[in-house]
Amino acid sequence: MYVIDRRLNPSGKSLPNRQRFLRRAGKVLREAVRNVSASRPIREVGEGGVVIIPARGIDEPSFHTGSDGLHSRVLPGNKEFLEGDRIARPQGSGSGKGKGSGSGSGQGGGGEDEFKVALSAEEFLSLFLEDLELPDLERRKLSLTDSTGMRRAGYTKSGSPANLAISRTMRNALSRRMALRRPKSEDLDALQDALRLAEELRDEAEAARLRVLIETHGVRTRAIPYIDPIDIRYRRFEPSPRPIAQAVMFCIMDVSGSMTEHMKDMAKRFFMLLYVFLQKRYKQVEVVFIRHTDEAKEVDEKTFFESRETGGTRVSSALQEALKIIEERYPVADWNIYIAQASDGDNENGDNDRATALMRDGLLPLSQYYAYLEVDEPHSDTPTSSLWKTYDNLEPGPAMRRVTTRQEIYPVFRELFRRRNEALETT
Amino acid sequence: MSALLFEGADWSFETIQRIHDRVEEIALGELKLDVYPNQIEVITSEQMLDAYAGSGMPIYYGHWSFGKRFVQHEGHYRKGYTDLAYELVINSSPCISYVMEGNSALMQTLVIAHAAFGHNHFFKNNQLFRDWTDATGILDYLQFARTYIAHCEETYGERNVERLIDAAHALMSHGVHRSPRRRKMDFKTEQARAKERREHDEKVYNELWETLPGGAPKTPRTSPEEHLANLLELPQENILYFLEKTAPRLAPWQREVLRIVRLLAQYFHPQRQTKVMNEGVATYTHYKIMNRLHESGNITDGAFLEFLTSHTNVVFQPQFDDRRFSSINPYALGFAMMTDLERICVKPTDEDRDWFPELAGCNDPVNALKDIWAHYRDESFISQYLSPRVMRDWRMFHLVDDPAEPTLRVEAIHDERGYRRIRRAFAREYDVGHTDPQIEVVSVDLAGDRRLIVQHSVREGRLLASREASEVLGYLADLWGYPVLLREVDEHGNGLREHTAEPRGREPFQSGKP
Repeated sequence: MYVIDRRLNPSGKSLPNRQRFLRRAGKVLREAVRNVSASRPIREVGEGGVVIIPARGIDEPSFHTGSDGLHSRVLPGNKEFLEGDRIARPQGSGSGKGKGSGSGSGQGGGGEDEFKVALSAEEFLSLFLEDLELPDLERRKLSLTDSTGMRRAGYTKSGSPANLAISRTMRNALSRRMALRRPKSEDLDALQDALRLAEELRDEAEAARLRVLIETHGVRTRAIPYIDPIDIRYRRFEPSPRPIAQAVMFCIMDVSGSMTEHMKDMAKRFFMLLYVFLQKRYKQVEVVFIRHTDEAKEVDEKTFFESRETGGTRVSSALQEALKIIEERYPVADWNIYIAQASDGDNENGDNDRATALMRDGLLPLSQYYAYLEVDEPHSDTPTSSLWKTYDNLEPGPAMRRVTTRQEIYPVFRELFRRRNEALETT
Repeated sequence: MSALLFEGADWSFETIQRIHDRVEEIALGELKLDVYPNQIEVITSEQMLDAYAGSGMPIYYGHWSFGKRFVQHEGHYRKGYTDLAYELVINSSPCISYVMEGNSALMQTLVIAHAAFGHNHFFKNNQLFRDWTDATGILDYLQFARTYIAHCEETYGERNVERLIDAAHALMSHGVHRSPRRRKMDFKTEQARAKERREHDEKVYNELWETLPGGAPKTPRTSPEEHLANLLELPQENILYFLEKTAPRLAPWQREVLRIVRLLAQYFHPQRQTKVMNEGVATYTHYKIMNRLHESGNITDGAFLEFLTSHTNVVFQPQFDDRRFSSINPYALGFAMMTDLERICVKPTDEDRDWFPELAGCNDPVNALKDIWAHYRDESFISQYLSPRVMRDWRMFHLVDDPAEPTLRVEAIHDERGYRRIRRAFAREYDVGHTDPQIEVVSVDLAGDRRLIVQHSVREGRLLASREASEVLGYLADLWGYPVLLREVDEHGNGLREHTAEPRGREPFQSGKP
């Protein structure tokens, strides 16, 4: 008999098969992920978790009998039945299951209709965001590599004391001391001890020999320094071009009175998608939230999504605010700028001209990408809004889409942020 | 030996060795079991999940369906719906039992008694396993299958192999020979037999016979249909075998993959037919051994109580109207029948003397049971040895759902009139030949469009589940390479329903392309 400890064997033997399964279930799984994210509370969008997919896409069919025909079963636990008793057929499938008519008891789990898959946050997001790419990041990154930064590049013999490479210096010193046989201080101490002992024992010959030895050691120690200037090394830095892969995303939302809860909800979802998307794809991304009524305010994420406000609508105020923030904090030389705006399209009369000017002369030239999402009530037959017309007249203008139901958000999002080479039209 | 094997729940490898040795002493000495050498492997829960996914085998070829099973088990386990099994045992020699690291010392004892001796004895001695499975070769074969399929994936593309295996898996339940036939020969005996045949021909050759007028006597000609049927070995119930040998458009590697799936299906086939017996033997064995350990002072009273709790859970059978009821628990049924047979041997009643004259009062339960374990499968075991006493204890009744009648009918209950009828009906539920639909390849239209004709002999109006049947038929057509017709025919030969499928003519199923 052998007892073998297999616990240390590499685990995760099923991982390749699990991945095959996820690939196989890919289409239904992506669909399920999208549906789930549409019905989930915003904050949980990025959390992964269990999704339910219909078993149809991934079932393993086999020949087995269905519910037709005669079925018979022997069951335990008879209480009152006598031979020849008649029992009404259980109605439905759920409650009367125990009566065991035997129907539908085919093998192979043919009865399952849905299948639960637990996805990690990573898997969830990568299914969620498949094929999406922030537009133009690539291009701008290449064109803006002229900013330079300092990068470590080996050691140098000269430099400022602040850059002293201590461990390297000490290593050099140590090897030099060993090569030149500089006496160690412990050796000297040992000799001193031996000398003292010899003197106590009045062993003059030994004492004399030791004195000479100590003398020569002393000379050597003084001649060979502990640290010599030739040991010293400094950390060397050289300038190198630093790619600007950092981006700032402005989320601008209209929270004025004309925006209904439904519209806000859609806008929120759009931004939430954006937010998840940015955090997933790019490490160095800052997000600025600006909400506006007739005046604009920069707020933190929580306030942006959760608190309420009422008032009129002046889009230009938000645009002005965005411009101000860009000037103050995000110089175009260092940042790629993306702007996404959600609004119901209502704007105060007379403000459209200001907005046009701000867009044409300010935001559009500065930004890589400007997405405008117009939200509306379902089945609304309102003709295109004044703001839509205003933006539509701009040349080049922002990427624009109009959504009326929650289910539309995701397709629109995908379309707006599709990989550049597939995109049919953007700015 | 009356020393305690362990105290408390902790165990070490020495403890396991000690437990094994003592259990072996009882199993071989008192229960006279006959087992393959044991190999006990300690694994983690994660590894247990892996093992679940691969049909319990330590190695298996890669396929998404195993990933699906893994996801399923993992989901249930993480949510706490199901516990993992405490052990897993493989029908191989040496017999490998997996035990979980989280088990207590008592659980390890139970598992060793249950798997390493109970199941192990059954694997080694039951006729079905002896006839159909090759315990010494299975691990090597699985290794071969895994390597071969990985190689195919590399050469012919993962998707192509995947689709092929999808198709093969769909037909897996009809990829077994149900009745024993000539044992498969290995390559060496095959060669020897070929030589023998040649020598025989030479020995009986006599020129004189060649001079007879009229030439050699001809065998009477058979009709073309019969000739074809003989040639293709029709009718053929093993559809995968038929395809492997006959499908015109498969490449050699595709035939080999079908063969792998088929042979593994065949390997698992005995397990499907012996669930009750297998678990009954193992449960009965562990029950005897644990009691013996307790009697001889090898385990403490506390540990014995722990065992009883666990044992009671294992053999729990909810009644039909219980919310927890789904089907008969094979552990419970097997254990009930084994202990009852033991009682019949030792303390028979008059009833038992009527029903089991050869067993009643023979006073040698060990050998009587061993004989039964060796020669029966669930269906024959139940139809032979389900005693009135067990039927009464379980309060069994037979319920019939006939669509021609407005209500369900209680056909028989646990009384004098009903025992035999219940037993017959119950045994049939365990007959895979009865529960699996009987589907055979009956003909090929060689003169016409090479349509393959498959027939389902419908019993008591139980037609195939239609949607899945046509999906499987699609796979069958893909493999065959030409159209396929499935006829569902009742007992009198009347056609009830027909399904047809055309090959989808996609890559993997067309030979020629490497």
